[in-house]
Amino acid sequence: MLDVVDLECRRGDRRLFSGLCFSLAPGTLLHVRGRNGSGKTTLLRALSGLLARDAGQINWQGEDISALAEDYRRDLLYFGHLNGIKSDLNGIENLRVAATLDGDRVADDALWIALGRMGLAGFEDLPTKVLSQGQKKRVALARLLVSRAPLWILDEPFSALDTDAVDLLGSLIADHVAGGGIVVLTTHQEVPLTSGQVQRLQLGG
Amino acid sequence: MRVFLCVLGRDITLAMRRRTDVLTTLFFFIIVVSLFPLGVGTEKQTLKILGPGVVWVAALLASMLALERLFAADYEDGTLEQMLLSTQPPAVLVLAKVTAHWLLTGLPLVIIAPLVGLQYQLPGNAQWIMMVSLLVGTPVLSLIGAIGAALTLGLRGGGILLSLLILPLYIPVLVYGAGAVTVSMIDLADTQPYLSLLGAFLLLALTLSPLATGAALRIALE
Repeated sequence: MLDVVDLECRRGDRRLFSGLCFSLAPGTLLHVRGRNGSGKTTLLRALSGLLARDAGQINWQGEDISALAEDYRRDLLYFGHLNGIKSDLNGIENLRVAATLDGDRVADDALWIALGRMGLAGFEDLPTKVLSQGQKKRVALARLLVSRAPLWILDEPFSALDTDAVDLLGSLIADHVAGGGIVVLTTHQEVPLTSGQVQRLQLGG
Repeated sequence: MRVFLCVLGRDITLAMRRRTDVLTTLFFFIIVVSLFPLGVGTEKQTLKILGPGVVWVAALLASMLALERLFAADYEDGTLEQMLLSTQPPAVLVLAKVTAHWLLTGLPLVIIAPLVGLQYQLPGNAQWIMMVSLLVGTPVLSLIGAIGAALTLGLRGGGILLSLLILPLYIPVLVYGAGAVTVSMIDLADTQPYLSLLGAFLLLALTLSPLATGAALRIALE
């Protein structure tokens, strides 16, 4: 359960949004929309705890996220504009590091299966610098398959992906929501859900 | 602990795939130290006086050289962001990264030091003290440097600012590190107080630097 009360964020002197309130129950997808510069990424970074908020409260299971610190981060998977993978490491190594940092113990077999499901079979042991943009993004998104975090915060996860990958990611998100997870995402695409509810948030204007 | 080892292993693997970075630091150290005898001349007494100071200043500059890249690469590709969102406190991750940094840039200097010390006609005893003082002192350099590297992260012209910020903080380490070697060449003098003080610096840096660096990284990512 993620509760946001009277959230306000500024960038420099500009107030991006204020008085923002919403509450996300398990099994909910929050689709954040808004034109460029309306503060979508800022909101997502504030929700993940990377960005200090100027006012308001963000509560996870009834407790403030800055007080929860590591306990909150264990329940959180944040996927930002940067892929967060090292170009000198191969897909397996990148995924292993990411899983360890998330506090998950994942067997090597599971890592290979996850990359295989992301359509990267045969590319697992290549350094990611030789992969294409879309493939790098697939390596990074493979984290979604090995993570056990209930809260996903995804910033433009669909960009640079081809139609197959978009469908795959869409189904992953739908499965997560159907399994009682919470997803907050920004995208210009519609995500078809099989179950669970969708909330929309329009920023700016 | 698992996360610590994972980040440590990751940084060492990365450095091994990009060996030039590590070798640059080492060769920089060797070249700077070797330039002085060429410039000053080969008079034994002069070299003996210069030796400890030169080796330590070169170690300082070499450690400085590698600092800029400590967090910059991770910052650019977003892995630093992911580390700060991991289940461990930032201090643990910082400590792992600094340990890797020291193993790759500090330890090689310690090992190569007696070899470059030969050029300064240092007696065997002084060579040992130099190795010990570098062994205790270079981790302090990495730890203090990490604070500066985190504070200047993402700034334009951060490299110069980093030197201005960090080099003054290196002074105590330089004074006692070079002091220990100089004193070891005097009969009846005891080097222990110098080494004990370096040890104290190390303990202090080890406890405070990861916390300060972690806080600085959080600010840098906002």
